[in-house]
Amino acid sequence: MIHFVLLISRQGKVRLTKWYSPYSQKERSKVIRELSGVILSRGPKLCNFIEWRGYKVVYKRYASLYFCMCIDADDNELEVLEIIHHFVEILDRYFGSVCELDLIFNFHKAYYILDEILIAGELQESSKKTVTRLIAAQDSLVETAKEQASSISNMIAQATK
Amino acid sequence: MALSGMRGLSVFISDVRNCPNKEQERLRVDKELGHIRTRFMNEKGLTPYEKKKYVWKMLYIYMLGYDVDFGHNEAVSLISAPKYPEKQVGYIVTACLLNENHDFLRMVINAVRNDIIGRNETFQCLALTMVANIGGRDFSESLSMDVQKLLISSSCRPLVRKKAALCLLRLYRKNPDVVNIDGWSDRMAQLLDERDLGVLTSVMSLLVALVSNNVDAYWNCLPKCVKILERLARNHDIPQEYTYYGIPSPWLQVKTMRALQYFPAIEDPNTRRSLFEVLQRILVGTDVVKNVNKNNASHAVLFEALALVMHLDAEKEMMSQCVALLGKFIAVREPNIRYLGLENMTRMLLVTDVQDIIKRHQAQIITSLKDPDISIRRRALDLLYGMCDVTNAKDIVEELLQYLSAADFAMREELALKAAILAEKFAPDLSWYVDVILQLIDKAGDFVSDDIWYRVVQFVSNNEDLQPYAAEKARDYIDKPAVHETMVKVSAYILGEYSHLLARRPGFSPKEIFSILHEKLPTVKTDTIAILLTTYAKILMHTQPPDPELQDHIWAIFNKYESFIDVEIQQRAAEYFALSKRGARSMDVFDEMPKFPERQFALLKKAEDKEIDTAEQSAIKLRTQQQTSNSLVVTNQHPDNGSHPPSQLSLVRMPSQNMDPGLGDQETTQANGILTKVDPQPAQSGDVLGDLLGTLAIEGPPGATMQPEQNVISGLEATPSPIGDLALAPLDGQPNSVQPIGNIAERFNALCLKDSGVLYEDPHIQIGIKAEWRAHHGRFVLFLGNKNTSPLVSVRALILPPSHLRMELSLVPETIPPRAQVQCPLEVVNLCPSRDLAVLDFSYKFGIMVNVKLRLPAVLNKFLRPISMTAEEFFPQWRTLAEPPLRLQEVVRGVKPLSIPEMAHLLNGIHLGVNLDIDQNKNNLVASSTFFSESTRAMLCLIRVETDPSDRTQLRLTVSSGDPTLTFELKEFIKEHLIIFPTAPSAPSHAHAPPVVQPQPPVVGAGSTDPGALLAGLL
Repeated sequence: MIHFVLLISRQGKVRLTKWYSPYSQKERSKVIRELSGVILSRGPKLCNFIEWRGYKVVYKRYASLYFCMCIDADDNELEVLEIIHHFVEILDRYFGSVCELDLIFNFHKAYYILDEILIAGELQESSKKTVTRLIAAQDSLVETAKEQASSISNMIAQATK
Repeated sequence: MALSGMRGLSVFISDVRNCPNKEQERLRVDKELGHIRTRFMNEKGLTPYEKKKYVWKMLYIYMLGYDVDFGHNEAVSLISAPKYPEKQVGYIVTACLLNENHDFLRMVINAVRNDIIGRNETFQCLALTMVANIGGRDFSESLSMDVQKLLISSSCRPLVRKKAALCLLRLYRKNPDVVNIDGWSDRMAQLLDERDLGVLTSVMSLLVALVSNNVDAYWNCLPKCVKILERLARNHDIPQEYTYYGIPSPWLQVKTMRALQYFPAIEDPNTRRSLFEVLQRILVGTDVVKNVNKNNASHAVLFEALALVMHLDAEKEMMSQCVALLGKFIAVREPNIRYLGLENMTRMLLVTDVQDIIKRHQAQIITSLKDPDISIRRRALDLLYGMCDVTNAKDIVEELLQYLSAADFAMREELALKAAILAEKFAPDLSWYVDVILQLIDKAGDFVSDDIWYRVVQFVSNNEDLQPYAAEKARDYIDKPAVHETMVKVSAYILGEYSHLLARRPGFSPKEIFSILHEKLPTVKTDTIAILLTTYAKILMHTQPPDPELQDHIWAIFNKYESFIDVEIQQRAAEYFALSKRGARSMDVFDEMPKFPERQFALLKKAEDKEIDTAEQSAIKLRTQQQTSNSLVVTNQHPDNGSHPPSQLSLVRMPSQNMDPGLGDQETTQANGILTKVDPQPAQSGDVLGDLLGTLAIEGPPGATMQPEQNVISGLEATPSPIGDLALAPLDGQPNSVQPIGNIAERFNALCLKDSGVLYEDPHIQIGIKAEWRAHHGRFVLFLGNKNTSPLVSVRALILPPSHLRMELSLVPETIPPRAQVQCPLEVVNLCPSRDLAVLDFSYKFGIMVNVKLRLPAVLNKFLRPISMTAEEFFPQWRTLAEPPLRLQEVVRGVKPLSIPEMAHLLNGIHLGVNLDIDQNKNNLVASSTFFSESTRAMLCLIRVETDPSDRTQLRLTVSSGDPTLTFELKEFIKEHLIIFPTAPSAPSHAHAPPVVQPQPPVVGAGSTDPGALLAGLL
């Protein structure tokens, strides 16, 4: 299973973290520190896997961002590498050629999307179409709620004028 | 596009980004946190929108790495909000900020459950997602039934069901004992017919977890898995949106093949044939293409197929096809494929008959040892280590030695260790072995652990032919200008022992040897000085006729060191001085060392421990498995190098070594002042350093020091060995002709940790058990199931309770009708703490009388309830229970080597709640629990385990409680769970009542009527 997902920028800034195994706050920061040290210092043209504390970390760099997933030593590494790509393609579809800034200002969206792809550390949905559809449905739910709220507050505002 | 939609959040994020430095950033963040805190304090004016916004800000700040120690309550409370937008934020932020152990989560279980069983599909999804991501035990207990219902419900849409499948997977993984999956095999088989690929993918993950735990229950799923694989890989029968770069859902293919690898074999020839057809298609049809993602995906499938082929032990032809493929892979440019090629080739070593084909690739593998990528180098090293045998050992070890000077520091220790192991295991001749180790020390002294040089010393001592050669080599090395201290140690030892054999050769006169060695004395550390002093004494005694000049010189040194700061050195100097003054009369004291008893391989053990740290993979494990027949006795590691082991101090080894195993628990105060117990564990008796230096300092009659240990070992082996399978004692000594199905001891052990399962099964009957525990009361239900089509008669069940349990079994019918199951409740009351066991004496007649005696899992831990404590609560209690007999402490040796999380898992498993934040030292674990019995009522128990990171086979265990018997029994109980029993590996320790004389439990005289003890005595 996937134990955690990390998105780290080239400067070592964390853009997203998701933990499927229980790590305390302290352990989380330690893991991030340790792994960003190892991964950011790796040169290009090396393989996408590192062996770390009895686990494996599969990572891939997209522009200025490193996507990392930690798995058990006997899991299928390439499969996970393509889960990363699957995630990136969906982000790309959603934001329209995604860049780091999108993920900074809409980090919460990235969390929604990740939750539709991975839960319990396992792949939940491999169809991009389905994921995009579900996210759109969620967005529209939020929109409708907002409109309702604003129309009610409008009504109240007008009534109290 | 898609701006956050929350202006305040965007503004805050850009503010933080615009901060010129870390200092400013912190100020900005602190300001925001202050603001949020005040807003949260006065909740009244807070609109849901604002609350949502603040909670997102908190998550952002948390992600930046700042501590967010408030507001969890607000985040969690959003979960109960009535509207979707707030609820969504509540669920997601809670899942990010908290982990499963957080207390806040308990508050929302009800809200979460309402969402799960409610009608609103979107709410169901949110709730299932959160539980799947961070659900812990409480969730398993209260939600698993509801989640199961959703998964099989026909009215739920796929988007809910796929989440339910993974949610159930999480709950099951976390608490397999809580989630009831009886009867799930049929349901799983039905679920595998699912047409929606999203649901099917999730269900397949669930199946992998289920079969990994209990493959026998899911045989009916096997043909379905093969069908799915055919559908995907052969027929491409799959909606367009589920193909990935033209490949039909590679993930589902991989998962399906993973599930298949848990089935030991495929009996049905048709299924087997169709599976092999598919596999063959994958093996042949996977081409390398330009698109990286397509390549990765197709190779993900290919590597999984390779693993499955290996697992199924296919025909030789297919195997060699696999090896050929791997051979191709390890030479390609794509680093991922190269890495995986090496990794899988290592796995392939397990398959017989292919080693020779793998050896053809040796040159290529050695090239990979110099790859720029450390991940690949690690794989190459592992593979070389795994493929080494007598035919290629020389080449491989020499390659490793050569590589040693160039290798990066992270790998050197591992490399040195592996070279040493291979050199020993496959040495074509012994002098080569000595050469290799000395080279190893010469090139990488810092990375050569002490075990390695102890080992070479043992080897030389045990092989007379080797001694002159070793002495000669040692002299060569020690004569070099900058010598590593380890080299000084090993050379000093060898020269002290054997240089006199070469005394006639030029350069080997005692004087010359002495002066070469003595040059090193000013630069070495204390433990090396100790060895040098011994060497001087030996040189002096071997110099015949005595050389007065040398003698004066050495005596002067002894004199000088009599006032050395280290007491060990003082003692040696004084004793050697006195002994050598006696001249020839103490000659035999300084004679050559006797042979070491042949006990193998501290190194191999070490390599295994290492594995956990260095993330290196299975090769060593594979090796060990392959070579178990080579009588690998694993020796214990010595205490830290810096401190001298106690035995080194004494002139003659502690007589306590000679103890009767039955009295093994006697306490002996050892020289270092710590009260230690000598556990009669074979694993522990081989303290290499102790032996080496101990006997070096002494000289009792040769061999005398070793003898007792061997006695201890053999004595021990005789005691616990038969226990493994004999939990079932035959009636009246006559063997039953009905054979039990499955291992009874294993079933019992499993039931000690969970509350339902099968206690016993044979061809006619299955006895299942289900238990509930409340404080000191317990209730079993025995399920007696007749498997036959004719009735079982003369059924009789008797409970033989130990003195500390009051047990009442309701009436058991004399006849069990065909194919029927009867339930018999059994009430249990725990009177006082004890580890004794209750026994069910069960008999029935089916043609012949069958009688079995089964231990019942009413074990001590069932009456424990884990509690979590904070440091403030813990320490006052800990301090009040500080004295024996309320507190007992013991150094336990021969412990199963476990990492700290594994150890915590083990303790949690026996209901000792591990509190992670109390002990600052990460090598220690603190646990607390409440024990219930009628005499003690609810009694707090505190446990502390201090592990030794350099030696995981030993630890110090401290147990406190308000009752002396409880403290003792609990301590022994925990010990039983920690210790390895080498002679009966399948039966964890509590399978046997320990041969220790127990302090009398409160009810005196009960010992003889205690059936648990009686049974144990029988065994």
